Amino acid sequence: MLMQMLGEAFLAMSANRLRTFLTMLGMMIGVGAVVLMMAIGEGAQAVINRSISSMGSNLFIVLAGTHNASGARTGAGNAISLKIDDAIAISELDGVAASAPVTNNNAQVIYAGNNWNTTIAGVTPDYFQVREWDFEEGFAFTESDVRSATRVAIIGKTVANNLFGEGVDPVGKSLRIKQSPFIVLGVLESKGQSLEGRDQDDVILVPITTAQRALFGSQISGSIRMIIVKAESDDLMPMVESGIVDLLRQRHRLREGVEDDFTVRNLTALANAAAETTRTMSMLLGSIASISLLVGGIGIMNIMLVSVTERTREIGIRMAIGARQIHILMQFMLEAIALSIVGCLIGISIGVGGAFAVEEFMGTEVSVSVLSISVAFAVAAAIGIFFGFYPAYKASKLNPIEALRYI
Amino acid sequence: MLAAISECEESFKLMDEPVIDVRGLYKSYPTAGGADVPVLKDVNLMIRPGEYLVIMGPSGSGKSTFMNVLGCLDKPTHGEYYLNGHPTSKMDSDELAGLRNQTLGFVFQGFNLLPRSTLLDNVALPLVYAGVKKNIRSSAARLLLERVGLARYCDAKPSQISGGQQQRVAIARALVNNPKIILADEPTGNLDSKTSEEIMSIFDQLNQDGITILLVTHESDIASHAKRKIRFLDGRIISDSQSCLLDSAC
Repeated sequence: MLMQMLGEAFLAMSANRLRTFLTMLGMMIGVGAVVLMMAIGEGAQAVINRSISSMGSNLFIVLAGTHNASGARTGAGNAISLKIDDAIAISELDGVAASAPVTNNNAQVIYAGNNWNTTIAGVTPDYFQVREWDFEEGFAFTESDVRSATRVAIIGKTVANNLFGEGVDPVGKSLRIKQSPFIVLGVLESKGQSLEGRDQDDVILVPITTAQRALFGSQISGSIRMIIVKAESDDLMPMVESGIVDLLRQRHRLREGVEDDFTVRNLTALANAAAETTRTMSMLLGSIASISLLVGGIGIMNIMLVSVTERTREIGIRMAIGARQIHILMQFMLEAIALSIVGCLIGISIGVGGAFAVEEFMGTEVSVSVLSISVAFAVAAAIGIFFGFYPAYKASKLNPIEALRYI
Repeated sequence: MLAAISECEESFKLMDEPVIDVRGLYKSYPTAGGADVPVLKDVNLMIRPGEYLVIMGPSGSGKSTFMNVLGCLDKPTHGEYYLNGHPTSKMDSDELAGLRNQTLGFVFQGFNLLPRSTLLDNVALPLVYAGVKKNIRSSAARLLLERVGLARYCDAKPSQISGGQQQRVAIARALVNNPKIILADEPTGNLDSKTSEEIMSIFDQLNQDGITILLVTHESDIASHAKRKIRFLDGRIISDSQSCLLDSAC
């Protein structure tokens, strides 16, 4: 019986093609917009999530304080307040998995005929653990390299490509940083862009002692720009943060009331805030798009009401030969549901096609998920049921004799 | 000897329980002015299985309203209508729909076929509402179209055939659920006299097969097919060709 009624629904829809198409158009646009908006939103979220996982999890950055010269304060990280010993002391705090001191600066790098300006970061072997950074080729330097300040370098993917070119294995080759020769020990795996859009692979990592003594020097030996601290777990982060502040104030002998000479930033919280923003944005896009779904549903209800009135006599005939109220109700509900589902299927293909067009022509990353399609489908079916019910109910409650007399 | 048996059967039929039993039926329609307009006034009628009955009367005499009540399409204001011994006044709309589907067959003056469906689907439609499977529906509908001589037109639409042919399709549709009673409201009203005769011969045949037939008509030559005539005037039955017989039976 259901199949028969479905057949009749399609028969009724094909009897008035233009009207059927226009009615479905509302649904198509609504579903298409929802699918497209969700694809764009999820694409943005995927980008954010990748940056977050490339950054490493449960991270703090401790930046050196500002430098105050005749009342003019410089940016964070320029003072000489942080030392390698601070990093070692932090690594002994409860809840800290690792603590990696970093000092960095830009320099010109030369290999054979190529040269490239990049960030040179002096780090300890802990850095690779903290950043959860693996090697594509070669291996990391060790604590003994740090102790003896050897001239070895780990290069990022961008540096490898620009300095050595494709197809050349840089491991074991010698490059020059600020005229000093360095042996390349390894090449890091690509991490792509950071949250701020900086290329994380455009970097050369050298032992921190080598950076301080051979490359950049500093007024007071042992001063560094920042310390990256990794907490053991997400819920230990507040405890670790206050532990770092207390420890550094004590180590720097800061009296009460004196400003911190360092800044602790919770990178994970920042990342989560960024992710939250994206989520909110995609929800906003989705809800605006679903308004057009609602409008499409109202269009279906409108046309179903017209259809019921037009077909009053048909309803009367059906009732006269034994159709029960439920049969009439089902017939018109099925028609409304068929309208919205066919419209929805076309809308899904428009949305998916549109998403790929956006990716192709605008370069924005999109992500079409099964979830977004099934949600759009379910919502469309629900709209068909919701907006189809009243006209169908009205039809089923017609008086057979009045319906038969209707001209 | 044989005639005696058939006569015996004939009288046995008359002793059967009535299929239609109408007692003290009133029907009135409310008007804008507030006063109800009575259409049927104290109608009493008993119809036994296998009868061939015609209802005549001038326009507005209430015969169509009476047919609608008998067809369970309309409810009386007062009085009771027993169909196969069951009082219909207490039934809900679904039970009435079941009676229209299973017990009664309708033939209308305007044919009332569904214009978009094929003739086969039109004839099979009551079976859809009876919950019959598709292959059984199709074969039953095909058989009935054959019986009314339209087997060739199974896949045609109603607009592609003549009025007389449409009425034959409507009769096939009325018969598809094997009803006991056929109700026909001026079935030949839209047809010429030759086609009317063809339609009436189908009704004659159905009555011979044992189906109770009620016809509403204006035309006396159509009425002559029936075995019993009832005449309506101003909402009352003013004559019944078998009333004396009924009285004696009571």
